[in-house]
Amino acid sequence: MLTKDLVIIGGGSAGLAAAIGAYDNGVRDILVIEKGPFLGGILNQCIHNGFGLTEFKEELTGPEFASRFIKQAEERGIECLLNSVVTNVTCDKVVTFVNKGGTTKIKAKAIVMAAGCYERSPGAISLPGDRPSGVINAGQAQLYLNEHGLMCGKRVFILGSGDIGLIMARRLTLEGAKVLGVAELCAWSNGLNRNMVQCLDDYNIPLYLSHTVTNVIGKSRLEKIVISKVDENNVPIEGTEKEFEVDTLILSVGLIPNNILMVKAGAEIARNNGCLVNDKLETSIPGIYSCGNVLHVHDLVDNVVEEAREAGKNAAKYILGNNEINLSSINTKAGEGIGYVVPARIVIGDDEKDATLKFRVRKPSKDVYILFEQNGKVLKKMFKPAIIPSEMEITKLSKELLVKGDELVIRMVKKEAK
Amino acid sequence: MEERDLICIVCPRGCHLHVDKDLNVTGNFCPRGAVYGKQEVTNPTRVVTSTVRIEGANLAMCPVKTKDPIPKGKIFEVMSSINSVKIVAPVHIGDVIIKDVAGTGVDVVSTRDMEKI
Amino acid sequence: MQDVIIIGAGVIGSFVARSLSTYKLNTLVLEKETDVCDVTSMANSAIVHSGYDPKPGTKKAFFNVRGNKMMEEVCKDLDVEFEKCGTLTVAIHDEQLPLLDELLVRAKENGVEAVLLTKEEVIKREPNINPNVKAALLCPTGGIVNPFTLTAHAMENAIDNGVKIHLSEEVISITPKDDYFIVKTNKSEYETKVVVNAAGLASDKIARMVENVDWNINPRKGQYFVFSPFDKWKKNEEKFVRSVLFPLPSEKGKGILVSRTTSSNYIAGPSSEPVNDMTDLSTDASTLRKVKEGALSLVPNMPFGNSIRVFSGNRATPSTHDFIIEPSKTYPNFINVAGIESPGLASSPAIGEYVTNELVVPLLNAKKNEGYKKTIKKYIKPQTLSVEEQNEIIKKNPDYGQIVCNCELVSLGEIKDALNRSLPCLTNKALKKRTRAGFGPCQGGFCQPEVLRLLSERLGIAPTDVLYDKEGSQIILNKVKEDK
Repeated sequence: MLTKDLVIIGGGSAGLAAAIGAYDNGVRDILVIEKGPFLGGILNQCIHNGFGLTEFKEELTGPEFASRFIKQAEERGIECLLNSVVTNVTCDKVVTFVNKGGTTKIKAKAIVMAAGCYERSPGAISLPGDRPSGVINAGQAQLYLNEHGLMCGKRVFILGSGDIGLIMARRLTLEGAKVLGVAELCAWSNGLNRNMVQCLDDYNIPLYLSHTVTNVIGKSRLEKIVISKVDENNVPIEGTEKEFEVDTLILSVGLIPNNILMVKAGAEIARNNGCLVNDKLETSIPGIYSCGNVLHVHDLVDNVVEEAREAGKNAAKYILGNNEINLSSINTKAGEGIGYVVPARIVIGDDEKDATLKFRVRKPSKDVYILFEQNGKVLKKMFKPAIIPSEMEITKLSKELLVKGDELVIRMVKKEAK
Repeated sequence: MEERDLICIVCPRGCHLHVDKDLNVTGNFCPRGAVYGKQEVTNPTRVVTSTVRIEGANLAMCPVKTKDPIPKGKIFEVMSSINSVKIVAPVHIGDVIIKDVAGTGVDVVSTRDMEKI
Repeated sequence: MQDVIIIGAGVIGSFVARSLSTYKLNTLVLEKETDVCDVTSMANSAIVHSGYDPKPGTKKAFFNVRGNKMMEEVCKDLDVEFEKCGTLTVAIHDEQLPLLDELLVRAKENGVEAVLLTKEEVIKREPNINPNVKAALLCPTGGIVNPFTLTAHAMENAIDNGVKIHLSEEVISITPKDDYFIVKTNKSEYETKVVVNAAGLASDKIARMVENVDWNINPRKGQYFVFSPFDKWKKNEEKFVRSVLFPLPSEKGKGILVSRTTSSNYIAGPSSEPVNDMTDLSTDASTLRKVKEGALSLVPNMPFGNSIRVFSGNRATPSTHDFIIEPSKTYPNFINVAGIESPGLASSPAIGEYVTNELVVPLLNAKKNEGYKKTIKKYIKPQTLSVEEQNEIIKKNPDYGQIVCNCELVSLGEIKDALNRSLPCLTNKALKKRTRAGFGPCQGGFCQPEVLRLLSERLGIAPTDVLYDKEGSQIILNKVKEDK
């Protein structure tokens, strides 16, 4: 069987950054396996700007950002296979992939899982009504439009205020479609503020907060949708229906880690479908790391590449045998007001000074403290004048503060209460 | 000039800005926010990103952008110029696709390397 | 002059066509939809019932039991996914136990193998079942089948043996003549000696084109959840649910079942509500909530977070409550094959055989088709093969190594094959049904643009003319930046 020190599954921003991170930490025998015909992944279809402000201190479009990482990988001579799909990963790190050359098995010393995510489909949210054509996911509409020059529709409504939905509202408007509105189930927008301004406000596209689509009408192509206001339990309120005659309904209702290979490999899986990882981004299978949107969905690619380089670095340490073994770890827990925390575990007693913690709050809040507690003792306290779910929070916690055995709880409290 | 509350679009942070009558900006996290606030109330500008048709590449479209922000009021004029262009592969990031688009003094440039196939 | 016109290319029309193709007959199938298997045959529970349930002596009982016995060989010949996983009819409450005994007696009368399992036996076989289960009736000959390929491959086999099919052609009138009919469609006009009415939901309407029948089709809608194949790689004994799980039937109907599909998805459903409009395939939140409750009462841990799609199908429920498989009272050469609701899928091969041998052939004095071949050319599915076998076929044709649908691991080669078989494959949905490309968790999010390109290329039409399914269901409405 062929062998490689490091196999990276996915050649998008996460996969490339992980490869670069591993290379820069001493690993040379690296193979990146990419399913598509290009490196750079989804960034290639994200032709809007706003990428790279942290990473490159300038504002780039998706393909520009991707090309910089592709160049970095090329400069290092990292081997990348295109049009190659990984069909299996085992817990003893045998990777099977298929391409036009055949089916190949490779035994790897370490693996970085960087396969990205996919969009939640209309069926997954049990979208009510008919199932005509013209109901399409935002990213899919983006792929059609930006790479193939094909417009999914002329009169469009958008469900979900996630960033891709907002970006598509603007893109379709610029390309000649009429976007009649965006409905969001939550009482707040799930996109970045700047996208609310430059994608909706600039083009006078109305946003209906606390609304959802309650009927889809059309036997062959979409003809009409109905939206309704929802109550605090997200139940549609009768009598609040509004009809829109549209040929297209775009859904931007969430992304799901594309993590089936790791489920199959037997890794422990978190509620979001990503792997449970420790602060080294190592999954429950030693030597298999996970990063980027296959771990948890990020809002900024700058954060993805940062995380992925870290995963690459840690994989390098593992491969080169510089990894401490038999260390204990503590669990983290998303407490009151917190949606999730990555990592699920923090290794205690290794040579890392800090653990990087990433989390999101459940709903927008003002004047709050984020508390990091172990056994009721506050280890760290952060004040936040304003905090929203659509922006992932990243913070470092000194590992010296942590004690063995107890769970680390992150929770949010109002300023007055503390 | 009227007082205005704005959301900064310079970066994903999205600061809540306040611009007073004398064009003083508050609420900005970084200096670029102040520049944006002033600009947005006097002469709002945007970077336009879109695609142009390309022949001889393995995709039908090549992504492009205005190299610098253009006046907001000119967005659709810029789009109609972009829509009329057809290019031929190869093309590289930064190649000028349209010079001085719609009289804005700003060039439209390619944002992707696309090789000839 | 045609010998036979079959109206409808659902599973019944397709099996009638296949059986007729064993004779030297000039047979034409007319289907109003853009593909075979596009209405009731497409949207159902995909179960091969054992035959324990229909009342003894009914047509349902006869054809179900016979069809079930034929299914294994039929699926082998037609390269169709079929699995005899067994069905369990589950009693959750003590007062249901007598009903279970009744069903056991009925199974025996129908000649169907059935055995009562104790609580412990049920839980051992199905660890995820409701722990309050009291007992269950196991029918080992019940199973699951891929209804899409069952129908399409039966029709493909018929076509390979000489049958013709016209898609998107709707019958608008039938005029009886002395010993033949004039069948008028939205596109053309035909003369035929025999008509087989296999028009499913519209079969009463078609029957009334020649005589005033005393039965109706009262469509009943069934809504379902589909789950991702979250344990596809596990062995059958280790699957989340092994058998088809039925609740005990009540006055309200057969109830909500939980089943695996041959593609390792799970399904939960169906609801059962009358609909006035047979084309109404909408789903609604309150009915789906009841479906969910029903499924959870059988399998409390059913992972609804893994639901990837909801759908509904309308059953062709006859007012007679039994299959209607007989010549018209006025015209012996007009044969109604109507009201084929559940267990229609299981019955289909037996119905095809009966209609051919007992009803059509005697009318026409047809001779055997000596060149008849009962098998179809095997479909190549590289991902089901060993690595060595994969490498062998990829070497011969590298398209089998290029994956188009990442979720279901469908290769370019398989898609090209489906587009080039004798049975036309003209829409995105048709291609989905043949190859499963787009059926996975991302629901075609990544592969549909490529699938659309391949359809457009193969059919020689613009991308803006590629249909999702029905006429008018274009996926793309225009190209950007077209020259004025």
